[in-house]
Amino acid sequence: MSDTETESDVDSLGPNVRQTAAELATGDRTETLLQTDGLVKQFGGFTATDDVDFSVAEGELRCLIGPNGAGKSTLLNLITGTYEASDGSIYYNGHDITDLDPHERVSRGISMKFQVPSVYGDLSVRENVRLPVQQFADGEERRRLVAEAIEAAGLTGYEDVDAGQLSHGQQQQLEIGMAAALEPDLLLLDEPVAGLDVAEREAIAERITRLNEEQGIAFVVIEHDTDFVASIAEEVTVLHNGEVFREGPVEEIESDPEVQRIYLGGES
Amino acid sequence: MSTNSANGEADRSLPSRLRSRFEGPNTIGESRGFWVGFAVAVAALAVYPAFGDGSQLSLFMVLALLGLSLSVVWGYSGVLSFGQVVFFGIGAYTFGVVSINFATPGGITAAVVAGIVGGGLSAAILGYFMFYGGVRDVYVTIITLVSTIVMHTFMAQTAGSEWAIGEAALGGFNGMPDIPLLTLGVEGVSYQFIYNPFPMRIIGIGAFEISPFYYLVLVLLVGTYLGLRALVNSDYGRVMVAVREDEDRTEMFGYNVTRVKFVVFTLGGALAGLSGVLYAARNVYIDPTVFSLLFATLPVIWVSIGGRKSLLGAVVATLAIEYLRISMAGELALVLLGTLLLVTILVLPSGFVPWLHEQAIETRLGPGEAGEADAPDAPSEVSD
Repeated sequence: MSDTETESDVDSLGPNVRQTAAELATGDRTETLLQTDGLVKQFGGFTATDDVDFSVAEGELRCLIGPNGAGKSTLLNLITGTYEASDGSIYYNGHDITDLDPHERVSRGISMKFQVPSVYGDLSVRENVRLPVQQFADGEERRRLVAEAIEAAGLTGYEDVDAGQLSHGQQQQLEIGMAAALEPDLLLLDEPVAGLDVAEREAIAERITRLNEEQGIAFVVIEHDTDFVASIAEEVTVLHNGEVFREGPVEEIESDPEVQRIYLGGES
Repeated sequence: MSTNSANGEADRSLPSRLRSRFEGPNTIGESRGFWVGFAVAVAALAVYPAFGDGSQLSLFMVLALLGLSLSVVWGYSGVLSFGQVVFFGIGAYTFGVVSINFATPGGITAAVVAGIVGGGLSAAILGYFMFYGGVRDVYVTIITLVSTIVMHTFMAQTAGSEWAIGEAALGGFNGMPDIPLLTLGVEGVSYQFIYNPFPMRIIGIGAFEISPFYYLVLVLLVGTYLGLRALVNSDYGRVMVAVREDEDRTEMFGYNVTRVKFVVFTLGGALAGLSGVLYAARNVYIDPTVFSLLFATLPVIWVSIGGRKSLLGAVVATLAIEYLRISMAGELALVLLGTLLLVTILVLPSGFVPWLHEQAIETRLGPGEAGEADAPDAPSEVSD
């Protein structure tokens, strides 16, 4: 019994110790929500992420950028548990979640929007939204939460329409709405504005900012569009060849000649 | 549609509230007309033995339970199983073995339970290794198909006298005859359902006999259908459908997708087991042809043609196709069945019964309004 306690204490102390060191260095006092420690993912002989140390503070809005194949989606899939890590650890709220199944991580407060809009095409918008909500709300409260989520996604009036019949932008909004309806502490968005027009991009940027500011949800957003990144995030992490290449404020990263070079396809 | 539902729950009548348990987007038929039609159909089945061959129809209804077991596993949870006949056969053989060894009313009743549990348990074991072992999609189909071949091969070689469990000889291809007549209850308070005709006389029709087994099966079929309707329209049913539509998305909403598939597969196995028990009880005989490839394919054909996302489709198609198959000469029936399957997949991929349902709604409302049909007095919100 005492062994187990000691072990879990070590688990929970690990990242906090790191955080304390970081705090000492930077004077930053925010609590770490998510931290990866030397995360490696190999597919056969190919290393998709290599020794990635990546952290997200509570309530932070961080963008993850990098050229195609940099390992961005792989990192997100490692955080959600869709992929099993080849090496390294993931800490969430101070607990080691590396060996948990995806649904167990979701119940701890991690939620995700996939790269390709993954709504249930054959089900109505209302049925789609009920699915995340029904886990923790019943009766009148469930009805209210479902209606609110539909309204927040700008889909009032579309309740009985099959989600597959919605436009691409509406599906993106719906999926963000469903992911947010879980009331997570950390929401991972994989390219939420890919293929959207300017107005739709603005609507989603506003939505993300509002969820972040009003509900305190921390975000990790994968995005290529630097204007969009600048419009929502303060902090940016650049991945390149599976490694963390740069990390810092968005203005600094934007003007970094090395970052521009890897995006323009120069030698790595 | 959504505006009148928020405060509508309080003043809805009892039948309407009761009905809402069985209604939702996952089943067709939500109008009063549907339920009147349903009652008429059940009444027609109830009086059918006075006019036609009730014994034959009781077989079709037993098989409809097998069809329902695949509908819930494949149609609602997305697991295409060719192995429903494995659980069907294990249910039937378990019933045979237990009832032969304990041929008293109590023993036979226990054999029924054992058959259902046997079907469910075998599905649970196979399902555990498949789903918790990470087997997905078409590989599940292949494994279940192979499991029917394994069972067929295994049971076929059990002709020798060493293949006996207590009093019950498995009998290889000769099968297991002399299964005791289905009697439910305990000593002193029991009722025999097989070969115990009940004489009836109706003025205008004359004298005839009805089989209690027929009514037992009818009650079980209607009860199972309604029970599954309630299940698929419940919160759990919504998760089942979500698993069918997108496993990864559903897992990322916090649902244990593996467990959902395991539970539904086990339930489907138990239901197939019940069907097998009734099959063996009706025929007082069971042999390994229930594990044959043709028999393994039949549930997939019934459910595909009827409409795999429709419980009603599975029942209607099983009754119709089995009637057709028995009425026609063997080879011709198979050719016709194959043609019917091809035509359905090409022309009506969602199946016959959902298509008929759409036609009925369009006829009633005129084209273009069909999308708003089907919930005239029971808004879908009420299922919350």
